[in-house]
Amino acid sequence: MLKMAVLAKQVPDTKHVVGEVIKPDGTLNRAALTPIFNPEDLHALELALQIKDKVGGHVTVITMGLPSAATLLRDSLARGADAGVLISDRALAGSDTLATSVALAAAVRRLAPVDIVLCGRQAIDGDTAQVGPQTAEKLGWAQVTYVEAIRELSNHKIGVFRRLGRHSEHIEIKVPVLLTVTSDTDTPRPPRVRRLLKYNRARTVFEIRAELTAAKLAGDELERKVKEVAAQLEAAGDLIPVWSIDDLGVQPETVGLAGSPTKVKKCENVILKTGEYKKIEPTDEGTRMLIEELVHDHILG
Amino acid sequence: MEPTASTGDIAIVAEQDDGQLVRVSLELASKARELADRLKVRVCAFLVGGEGTAAHVAELAAHGVDRVYLAEDRRLRHYETKPYEKLVMRMVRQCQPQIVLFGATAVGRDIAPRIASALRTGLTADCTALEIGEHTIKTTVFKDILLQIRPAWGGNTIATIVSPEHRPQMATVRAGVMKLLVPDRSRKGEVIKLAPELTSDDFIQKVIERVSAAKKVDLTAANIIVSGGSGVGSKANFKLIFELAETLGGSPGASRAAVDFGYVDRDYQVGQTGTTVRPKLYIACGISGAIQHRAGMSEAAKIVAINSDPTAPIFSIAHYGIVGDLTQVIPRLIKAYRTAK
Repeated sequence: MLKMAVLAKQVPDTKHVVGEVIKPDGTLNRAALTPIFNPEDLHALELALQIKDKVGGHVTVITMGLPSAATLLRDSLARGADAGVLISDRALAGSDTLATSVALAAAVRRLAPVDIVLCGRQAIDGDTAQVGPQTAEKLGWAQVTYVEAIRELSNHKIGVFRRLGRHSEHIEIKVPVLLTVTSDTDTPRPPRVRRLLKYNRARTVFEIRAELTAAKLAGDELERKVKEVAAQLEAAGDLIPVWSIDDLGVQPETVGLAGSPTKVKKCENVILKTGEYKKIEPTDEGTRMLIEELVHDHILG
Repeated sequence: MEPTASTGDIAIVAEQDDGQLVRVSLELASKARELADRLKVRVCAFLVGGEGTAAHVAELAAHGVDRVYLAEDRRLRHYETKPYEKLVMRMVRQCQPQIVLFGATAVGRDIAPRIASALRTGLTADCTALEIGEHTIKTTVFKDILLQIRPAWGGNTIATIVSPEHRPQMATVRAGVMKLLVPDRSRKGEVIKLAPELTSDDFIQKVIERVSAAKKVDLTAANIIVSGGSGVGSKANFKLIFELAETLGGSPGASRAAVDFGYVDRDYQVGQTGTTVRPKLYIACGISGAIQHRAGMSEAAKIVAINSDPTAPIFSIAHYGIVGDLTQVIPRLIKAYRTAK
């Protein structure tokens, strides 16, 4: 049985940046972007579930982020994942790709032994494609990037189909291995209704505390009730574990802003110009004038 | 590595694909030359490949490279992560560069994060501009560091990233963005050969089959691009895009939407996850101008937008705008050009 971990990220939906998300001053209205399952990570989960369907296995989805990222884990469980883990710690805030890979590699080690780690090629909020390979390097593992399909499987080896630039390659490689997955895989399966109903109840301790606080509990009573509800959910298999950097055995100076070599010096919003273009009529006369002007300006030969 | 001292050469990781030097390598060399002149250091190229790879040294030198670290082995004709990583790491250790640049190609984005991770240094992906400048943290001023500029948040933001306290500073650079130097064939590069010293343990992946498509499209080299979007409406209508491109002596291109609708192959895509282009003329037909697309083509010298929707964002960056039905406008443009010739 293959043990798998899928690294997934909750991201703002930057691909559907449309008119109303751009504010009148041309800057991005971030509040209008809904959090979604990073698309390629969803494809990574699908490939993990396909492996499980073929040869059996156990799939744990690991996400690092804010407490609200638990939504992604419930979604993963409903789609067929066996377990979900939330890595959340204030010390992780501001992590760049290197620091993120420190935490993720530590989480994979904590789940050891893991045979295959899968993750999306890149997340749409950064498009860096760095976290997968950096995690593999920290684990001392091989990697295969841009995977589109799984071919042969055994307990020791995996055959994958990947596209590297203009080359399509069918590669066989030994486990353990980290695979980064593109969206050119099969369409991810939807959540199953029965699993959706079951895992809708799944909660992290963060969420239990937030819900009880909203119900006006406080002080010792709150703490007692949090423990009680957590124990009930755990017994039912519905408690989503939250790992802090202490749980991961990660030093605070290796993650977060302190552990990130890259610093953001400056961020400029791209302001939409209210451009002044030369209007050309869509007529024979208009198009003729345009072509003549372009030829005259040596733009056209 | 010296933690903060700005000494050391500028290195580029040159990429060859099946014996051919990849164009972005020359773009990197050209940019590195400019940065190195500013810092008064050498440009080094790390070049790994199969037998005969040494043939690329002259071309790299003509584009500004002073010294080439070269490793050749017949097993290295095609890129493979582990042996390439091992050799580039040895070159980094030997050269001790202050900056390492990679192309933001499939290969560059596979190897660069592993190298950065192994060196525990910073890496900025997909840069569209590089400058030398300074950065201040509290009272410490870091002079002559690499400013790594890239689009972020789906192209809605331009971020400047620095790694002031780590060496080497590393970035991948988007293909087609950096201008090529006019080659100077009188320049000669010094070659430092490394014995690959690879064993069968370094070749951990077995390639059962490799199918290599001829690269059909090179939009980064095109002077004229005629691009179609979702407004083209059908695969049949997309023939008009090809026809206009052919008439004008240009290349056809496409927006993501046109690719997603299946009007045209993904190789033609311009924009954030496609290719960045800077032609003399870009004709956008039925392209609304999503920010990702604009990020990939806004540096065209002249932009003509044809769209039936006068409020389409593409008009905000256009030099010429035609509001109208492209199935009528394109044939008129073709006719007008043929008449003008």
